[in-house]
Amino acid sequence: MRSFGYTIKQAFIQFVRNFNLSIVSIFAITAMLMILSIFFIATVNINRAAETIKGDYDSIQIYLLDETTEDDAKMMIEDLKKTDGVEDAYYETREQALKKFKKRWGDNGYLLDNLQNNPLPNSIIIKIGDLEKADGIAKKAGAFGGVEDIKYYKNTVDKLLKMTRFIQTAAAVVMIFLIIVSIIVVANTIKLTVFNRADEISIMKYVGATNWFIRGPFLVEGIIIGLLSAAIALALSGGIYHKAVEVFGDQTRAMLSMDLVSEKVLVTNLAWMFMIIGISIGAIGSIISMRKFLKV
Amino acid sequence: MIEFNNVSKYYKSNVGLDNVTVHINEGDFVFLVGPSGAGKSTFIKLILKEIEPDKGTIKVRGEDITRLKKSGIPKLRRNVGIVFQDFRLLPKKTVYENVAFAMEIIHQPKRLIKKYVPQVLSMMGISESAGKYPDELSAGEQQRVAIARAIVNRPKILIADEPTGNLDPDTAWEIMQLLNTINMKGTTILMVTHAKDIVDKMEKRVIAIENGRIVRDEFGMYGYMQALQGTDVTFDTVEVQTRNLFRTRFKRGGGRR
Ligand SMILES: Nc1ncnc2c1ncn2[C@@H]1O[C@H](COP(=O)(O)OP(=O)(O)OP(=O)(O)O)[C@@H](O)[C@H]1O
Ligand SMILES: [Mg+2]
Repeated sequence: MRSFGYTIKQAFIQFVRNFNLSIVSIFAITAMLMILSIFFIATVNINRAAETIKGDYDSIQIYLLDETTEDDAKMMIEDLKKTDGVEDAYYETREQALKKFKKRWGDNGYLLDNLQNNPLPNSIIIKIGDLEKADGIAKKAGAFGGVEDIKYYKNTVDKLLKMTRFIQTAAAVVMIFLIIVSIIVVANTIKLTVFNRADEISIMKYVGATNWFIRGPFLVEGIIIGLLSAAIALALSGGIYHKAVEVFGDQTRAMLSMDLVSEKVLVTNLAWMFMIIGISIGAIGSIISMRKFLKV
Repeated sequence: MIEFNNVSKYYKSNVGLDNVTVHINEGDFVFLVGPSGAGKSTFIKLILKEIEPDKGTIKVRGEDITRLKKSGIPKLRRNVGIVFQDFRLLPKKTVYENVAFAMEIIHQPKRLIKKYVPQVLSMMGISESAGKYPDELSAGEQQRVAIARAIVNRPKILIADEPTGNLDPDTAWEIMQLLNTINMKGTTILMVTHAKDIVDKMEKRVIAIENGRIVRDEFGMYGYMQALQGTDVTFDTVEVQTRNLFRTRFKRGGGRR
């Protein structure tokens, strides 16, 4: 434990002595983590959007005119059920529809409580079994009398899913790339401290210090850099996300009837992610930078 | 204390050591001499396990260090102090801190550090400089600090690679006196040097290597007296005779028993 105190003390001394470079690498790593967090934020929200939208993907919603009776609708349903490619078709009253909306809006569902009258129409929901036949089904449904509108997102959904997959892959690639770059940044910063202390290290080796004892302060120095970067990046991305929810929250709710991933959940996830990445980047970077020096 | 048995070390195109067998006993004071590139540093590096021999075995304090694991190196080096020509003091530490450092990094308790550091500084005659930084000291004083650092952990062996190389003759001679004192207290000393006058004046065992081979192994007065042990010749009579003998060098090949 005596050596633990020495290690921590040395690490801070080194950090301060190498302050300018330490700050520069903290900036660099913070920037990396910020980009990383933007990708992360985008990815988790897009995932959520994709999940939400997927629920509509395999369904066609037929909005009925107010004068269309439930019996009329039943007849349409009978007809549709016989159609090739339809798995199921059922009637949904406007009250049921409103309830569903409220549920989807979650915490913000209360916003719908103040409505004077229900703006939603009665509708028929068709579950599609065979996606290839979706177009034909939609066309047939459109030919019925008493239909106000047909909500059918196939193209949009297709594009969205493709985009989601692309963004997820891109995010993974960029994240790995950024982590590697960060490790190199840390390794080079620590290497400079190691250079500065090359004499000291060589004397330590000659006097009989163990490798882990010599490595300790550099390891801790790397971890300090990693953790400070993580803390700064977390504060910044937390702030930015808070703003983003304020600005875009209503829009996504209106457009996708979905809430952005909650700030609390996101910040907690980012905190863990940054902490693990920060420590790993720092530790791996410093171990790499020392390899040559410990050979003697 | 140090045993080389048929040790060879080859570099890519050069010979480091070539089938060297030599034994250095506990309490010896040995000079290692030879032209540049002869293999002197190779010899030292092998003792410290900085490099591995290609052939042969090396024993330090009875232990075959060629079979020692990497993790055993720190323990080996704690028993071998080392002093360099260029001192290698840490410029940002005071004299006291430089010496204390050697104890700190092998986890010696503060209590012992506070006890031993002043002791060895005083033994080296640099107690007054304890609070100074290396660049405030003369070369000779810096080498005293380096020696203090090398012996503060009480190694059984002290290796000095040209410790007087950067010093003027008077200062060099002072350093030699200190090394002699350390040797008399029981530490085995192996010193690499090019300074012929010092080697001559010290009257100690001299191992000369060239092209990686031992070309001479002379025992000086010390060896001569060892040779006389068990005979009825007394020291007084020997003393006069040896002074003459040193002109011609008392010579004996191979290892001493
Ligand atoms: N790392 C190395 N790689 C290749 N050759 C080396 C290496 N180290 C030493 N040598 C060669 O081995 C031979 C012995 O070198 P060594 O350093 O032991 O000599 P030395 O007696 O210490 O010389 P000096 O008095 O100049 O210090 C030399 O020919 C040298 O060029
Ligand atoms: Mg040499």
